[in-house]
Amino acid sequence: MTCLADMFRPSVAFATVKLLEASGCVVEVPEKQTCCGQPAYNSGDKATTADIARQTIEAFDGYEYVVGPSGSCIGMLHYYPDVFSDDDPWKQRALDLKTRSYEITQFLTDVVNFEQINAAFEGTITYHDSCSGLRQLGVKDQPRKLLSKVENLTLNEMEEAETCCGFGGTFCVKYPDISNRMVSNKTQYISDSGASTLVGGDLGCLLNMAGKLKREGKQIEARHIVEILADMTDTPAIGEAEYELAKAL
Amino acid sequence: MQIKSPNFKENARIALHNVELQEALGQFKYGFPVNRANAIKRLPEFDDLRDEARDLKNHIIENLDIYLEQFESKVIENGGHVHWCRTGDDANKAILDICKQVNAKTVTKGKSMVSEEINLNDYLEKNGVQPVETDLGEYILQLRDDHPSHIIAPAIHLNVNDVSETFHKHHKRPKTEDPQALMKEAREVLRKQFVSADVGITGANFLVAETGSSIIVTNEGNGDLTQTLPKTHIVITSIEKVVPTLEDMSLFLRLLARSATGQEFTVYNTLSTGPKREDDQDGPENFHVVLVDNGRSEMVGSEFQDMLRCIRCSSCMNHCPVYGAVGGHSYGWVYPGPMGSVLTPKMIGIDKAAHLPNASTSCGKCEEVCPVRIPLPKLMRHWREKEFEKHLTPKAVRFGIASWAFFAKRPAIYRWLSRGSAWFISTLAGKKGRLKKLPLAGGWTDWRDMPAPQGKTFMDQWKAKQKAGE
Amino acid sequence: MSRAEILGNIRQGLGRKEATAEQRSEALARIAAHKATIIPKRSQLDRKGQIELFREMASGAAAELIDLNELAELPSAVSTWLKNHDFKSLVSASDTCLNELDWSPLGDIQREQRIAQSGDVASLTTSMAGIAETGTLMLYSRPESPTTLNFLPDCHLVLLKESDIVGSYEDAWNLVRQNNPKQMPRTVNMITGPSRSADIGQKLQMGAHGPCILVIFILKDE
Repeated sequence: MTCLADMFRPSVAFATVKLLEASGCVVEVPEKQTCCGQPAYNSGDKATTADIARQTIEAFDGYEYVVGPSGSCIGMLHYYPDVFSDDDPWKQRALDLKTRSYEITQFLTDVVNFEQINAAFEGTITYHDSCSGLRQLGVKDQPRKLLSKVENLTLNEMEEAETCCGFGGTFCVKYPDISNRMVSNKTQYISDSGASTLVGGDLGCLLNMAGKLKREGKQIEARHIVEILADMTDTPAIGEAEYELAKAL
Repeated sequence: MQIKSPNFKENARIALHNVELQEALGQFKYGFPVNRANAIKRLPEFDDLRDEARDLKNHIIENLDIYLEQFESKVIENGGHVHWCRTGDDANKAILDICKQVNAKTVTKGKSMVSEEINLNDYLEKNGVQPVETDLGEYILQLRDDHPSHIIAPAIHLNVNDVSETFHKHHKRPKTEDPQALMKEAREVLRKQFVSADVGITGANFLVAETGSSIIVTNEGNGDLTQTLPKTHIVITSIEKVVPTLEDMSLFLRLLARSATGQEFTVYNTLSTGPKREDDQDGPENFHVVLVDNGRSEMVGSEFQDMLRCIRCSSCMNHCPVYGAVGGHSYGWVYPGPMGSVLTPKMIGIDKAAHLPNASTSCGKCEEVCPVRIPLPKLMRHWREKEFEKHLTPKAVRFGIASWAFFAKRPAIYRWLSRGSAWFISTLAGKKGRLKKLPLAGGWTDWRDMPAPQGKTFMDQWKAKQKAGE
Repeated sequence: MSRAEILGNIRQGLGRKEATAEQRSEALARIAAHKATIIPKRSQLDRKGQIELFREMASGAAAELIDLNELAELPSAVSTWLKNHDFKSLVSASDTCLNELDWSPLGDIQREQRIAQSGDVASLTTSMAGIAETGTLMLYSRPESPTTLNFLPDCHLVLLKESDIVGSYEDAWNLVRQNNPKQMPRTVNMITGPSRSADIGQKLQMGAHGPCILVIFILKDE
């Protein structure tokens, strides 16, 4: 489900489930998953990364496919084999998980050939290619192919769609002023594209860019691609007003 | 060169506020990267060449000792000398020795990043030999007591005004802002230096084992004048530059200019083999190759071995969004950008250079454009691992990761924490849907709003739906 | 000391001691074979195609091209060019094929055969080959053609025969080997257009330290 979707934006996970079920899959959400482990991996903490990798591998044991709405999280699952030495039995299990793990748009397009997108979206969007999805997993055409099936949707490609937004996990808080420069460049390109909605495949990037767009007072919304593909855009966009207060625990 | 890498964050902060630098960087973005993209379009075999180059470099490293020995024997056969130098000090001494032997007073220099690495100019000056940089960019920097901010375009951080002022101050000619006039001035002033130098020092883009030759890849012609006019030609270079044959060299040449400036081929690609022949009318009488190690031999067999494939094209930094935001001087030493972030900790120590491999989002653009497919983000992450192992990671970061890990490894408690955080932050945000300030998250909220969570975690909602039989 | 340490470190990293005789002979065999790796298709054309490609690439690199139908035309073509630029002197290589020509068209223009000096305005050399792949001239140091002629003067005039145009760098290196079986020349130059730099304000300009102008006289002998 990804930790960010779980905590910040469950509608992304629900949209993912809806799409998978529409494509004919039976969907389960293993309970033992927490986070893919990127924060530890990118901080150089190999031991913690291995612990979380083992936990995640076990959580997803036995499923034909593992699909997530995030290029960086699935990308992290693909790194699991590197975390174990060659003589460690977990390496084989990690390799096995890697072959079964897909980013959602990649899964829908390349694995199950799902074309029946039943959605409409009024407005012009622009698409941000998140780094891990793009360069690690090769996700580029798949989201665009799927978006082309959405009725009334117009896609304006922005200049530098493939350039990093400056999120980078802990980077944005470790080097905040450099991150700020990168996201400011990005919001300019988003704005120049003429789109009224920014769409992407990774919540980290989207939270980063949405946060900046709002701080700059730009009237551009941000949504995860699965929300549009699953025709679930009745929820407020990322960072938008009028949330219901959560009921008490 | 003074090491300023520990101050990376402060360097970057200053760079981000430096209006002229930001202008130069803004212009830079539309130069080399655009030219490279165009050059690649005209060469359909480019990606195949990259694969071939990666494999060939790997082969060379596997046989590095053999090829270096072969190179050495050919140099000697052709009447040259090879000096093996483990450290920068060894190299400086070797070069000074050669200069003293021929009573050199002035030395012209072609561009050499290895010479920056070992602080050659300072050393020579302290010992009574005056080095004169002749590459236009390096010349300007020498006059300004400045250092390169890029490995092939050393002065890109300067604008025409800067050059105009510097030349006016040092050449004592009427001030001009016309780039052509400025170039003409440099040409005229340096001509005298070229013809009067006792020793010429160049770098080498590659060394060829087959023939015992060095090659320099340039556009200006200063390297050629440096290595042809003086009586003694010294090549200062590093051990991983050797390639087996002229054909192998041609493979790399096809990748180098295109990856660097986006040219099909640079103006001058010059192969030098030993001193002049007996009946040559011009050329140096002495040919010396100074092979610098400075930590490279230790990289063989290490997790950083892939870095030895680097052909110093600068493609990585040309495409790096971090370099593009803060410029080369922020990195605080000789090599900036992604390749600098991998090399610098090796050469000056991870304790001093820790910021460099950390100041990256691992976006992977560098690896995408590297002509020899070096996995730069992976190598930077290796440095973070080393940093972590040595407990050099800042305490706050270690604590943060440890706390997060405590919860992440215990799904039941993690659910509880996520639930609480989701509720807390969304409550703080209220109807707005976002927060302008969030405790402990100043790094984020100083610059951007924090979008609020939707309120209930996915896991809770999913479980509730399962229970209700949906 | 350093040599042993450096080689020792490398070998240790490779997990071995000195290379075995087999490894060594494999490496030497690879060198001796000097096989080409990948040669781009772009220059693998018929003769007409290669010549056209050379011209296109050389002009693209800002070389000036002047056609000659016969070698005997060279002196007057050179003379015309020098006079158009108000140049009164020429320093020349001493190739026999150049010296055999009738240089009277130069008139008052001084022609000297020596190494170049600072202040020379124009030089004339021949070239071993033209490489179509990137419009590159290949020439090397010989007693008749000192290297300074290619770099010190403000303008470099070069004679190239169409029959000497080859497709790729590899073709040219083979010619160098053929012409110099005993020993490589001290300097082999590959020259693509006049000198340039973008170091001043990131503006690309011709005429850095090497020649500001490169003129290729192409003899149409094919």
